[in-house]
Amino acid sequence: MATRTETLTSTGIPSGKVGVWWFLASEITVFGGLIACYIVVRLGSGGWGEATTHLNFSLALANTFVLLTSSLTMVLAFAGVQDGSPKGLRISLLLTILLGLIFLAIKAFEYAGEIREGFTPAAGIFWSFYYGMTGLHALHVLAGVAVNSILLIEALGDILRPNEHRVELAGLYWHFVDIVWIFLFPLLYLT
Amino acid sequence: MKIFSTDHKTIAKQYLTLGLFWAIVGGLTSYLIRWQVAYPDTEAPGWGFIAPDFYNMLVTMHGTIMVFFVAMPILLATFGNFLIPLMIGARDMAFPRLNRLSVWVFALASLVLLLSFFVPGGAASAGWTGYPPLSANATYTGVNWGLNLWLVALALEFVSFLMGGINFLTTTINLRAPGMTFFRLPLIVWMQITAAVLFMLSVGPLIAGAVMLLLDRVAGTTFYLPEGGGEPLLWQHLFWFFGHPEVYVIFLPGLGIVLEIMPVFSRKPIFGYRPIIYSTIAAGMLSFVVWAHHQFLSGMDPRLAMPFSITTILISVPFALIVFAMIATLWRASISFSTPMLFAIGTLSIFIIGGLTGIFNGSAPVDIYIHGTYFVVAHFHFTLFSATFFAGFAGITYWFPKMFGRMMNETLGKIHFWLTLIFFNAVFIPMHFVGLGGMMRRIANPMQYEFLQPLQPTNVFITLAAVLLIVGQIPFVVNFFWSLFRGRVAERNPWQANTLEWSAGSPPPHGNFERVPVVYRSPYEYSSPEVVEDWLPQDRPPEPSTAARQ
Repeated sequence: MATRTETLTSTGIPSGKVGVWWFLASEITVFGGLIACYIVVRLGSGGWGEATTHLNFSLALANTFVLLTSSLTMVLAFAGVQDGSPKGLRISLLLTILLGLIFLAIKAFEYAGEIREGFTPAAGIFWSFYYGMTGLHALHVLAGVAVNSILLIEALGDILRPNEHRVELAGLYWHFVDIVWIFLFPLLYLT
Repeated sequence: MKIFSTDHKTIAKQYLTLGLFWAIVGGLTSYLIRWQVAYPDTEAPGWGFIAPDFYNMLVTMHGTIMVFFVAMPILLATFGNFLIPLMIGARDMAFPRLNRLSVWVFALASLVLLLSFFVPGGAASAGWTGYPPLSANATYTGVNWGLNLWLVALALEFVSFLMGGINFLTTTINLRAPGMTFFRLPLIVWMQITAAVLFMLSVGPLIAGAVMLLLDRVAGTTFYLPEGGGEPLLWQHLFWFFGHPEVYVIFLPGLGIVLEIMPVFSRKPIFGYRPIIYSTIAAGMLSFVVWAHHQFLSGMDPRLAMPFSITTILISVPFALIVFAMIATLWRASISFSTPMLFAIGTLSIFIIGGLTGIFNGSAPVDIYIHGTYFVVAHFHFTLFSATFFAGFAGITYWFPKMFGRMMNETLGKIHFWLTLIFFNAVFIPMHFVGLGGMMRRIANPMQYEFLQPLQPTNVFITLAAVLLIVGQIPFVVNFFWSLFRGRVAERNPWQANTLEWSAGSPPPHGNFERVPVVYRSPYEYSSPEVVEDWLPQDRPPEPSTAARQ
């Protein structure tokens, strides 16, 4: 007996989308917990202002624009699906992946500079949080790049067609990763 | 039966197998703990000498195993996976392959935890709550790899249950059979999805916290180490922000089992179906703002004690309402005392006592006296043992015919129930008095404190009762395996119950139903005047005359 259940839905919303939203809800509490810890510990103790001055503000600002642009290309990829334009889908997915990789490269360059100056994760509580928060975020970017790469390979091989709604689901995740950075950037670099 | 199956019923049985395996390991640790407390520094029969470091490991692993590797897989994963699709009239979970991934990630977590016993230094020994700085620096406990693997095992388990929770919620939201509205769902489904929401929304900060603790241990960060500007108390907040909702993540499915069984063996509708649902949701929301009642003596701002005392005592209101609804369901019913019903009533009566002692612990002025004593140990065993084992046994004996297609033996079941009930109380009622006498938890040798020596006869009594409690589980093991192969073959609906799982075969085939059922009514229509029988299944079409009247 066939057990394909994904075609059924009691609410009219595809099950995949319901699942992704619940997944994002649980992700919000992971980053929410981490950010709350950072704020509480930071407010509870002095001497943090000095540490932030060693961060590379201009590189982080550039990275913010890179990630925001990648959200735009992700939307364009889904627009490609909706307009039935496989070419637009492929180009936009490729751009999203490249922008994600550029973000990670700039972040790695930033880490290298800080570690050269002696600011390792063991250099104090600010650096613990800095590496913990941006590192967890970078892992999420990497995961997003992996997901988008799988979609791109399927789109190039023309086997994505029955599952094109997955571009929207990947987009939900990608925008979430983007939004997390929008919180991390001012909290770490601008305060 | 495929091992790498995507069938929710197979996955449920896999979780049950793993949970029962860990229950044996957890039972063994409790035997060794009790032996050391009653007869310190003597050789435990069948094991040998228990060194102080080994004792720390025992209490740590007992808590970890029983909460995360017995209660969670049995109450949440086994019954959630088995019952949700069957009860809502679905052919499987919304994401069957994600479901398969979740059980195998849990198996991996089990393997990692098992391996941690055999690495140099032994398994984790910083308490099941893993408080830093004790847990943040390997030199404090002498355990390095054991604690790292402990953190990895917990992280894997959380990932597994997150995937399970997403599945539970999506399935219930999207795969309900025609006519199965939210207010026609059996109560255990409500309990399971509430538990899934609680778990998903509370575990995130602890996942972040566990990563921070692991980084402190392996990467030199100082999140919890005061010498680097960190804050040890932070972990306690993260742990209990998860840890207290977790209590209800375990308890609500147990309560759901009891709520399913009581109407069937009372032949009466459940009393207050909707108020029970509203109480569950209220308790779920309150459970997010009670966590600091675990920390009255931790050194946190004492001004926080009053608000957390208030919320803690407030949360007993919705649970009291559910308890009264249960009693009202039993009131003047023609009760048949089958094994599942005995265990269900056992759960209720023991939980009431555990709930009452919780009020003592929740009041900051009283807690200052009893914090960290055996009174607390007795309290949470009254709540968690009743949920995990009494409700667990109730669920296993009730749904065994549906899971395995055979009936369990009633005589062995009743012997098992009475042995468990009597020796459970013999263990944990005296433990309250030991705690009030001032005996702290987790001390390896009470005899080295002069003021605790008069309590030693009680400790010996508790240990003997605990050994008998463990021996009292043998009838269950015999019954389980004997019934699996030799039990009477079960018909579709042996208990004459209303919910949809009893409309499927015993055991249900892959895909569950011959035809997707259509639901006409709420799940607890017992002794209805509309029909001759005293049960009225959810999917039986209304009589033409009744339909005409409507």
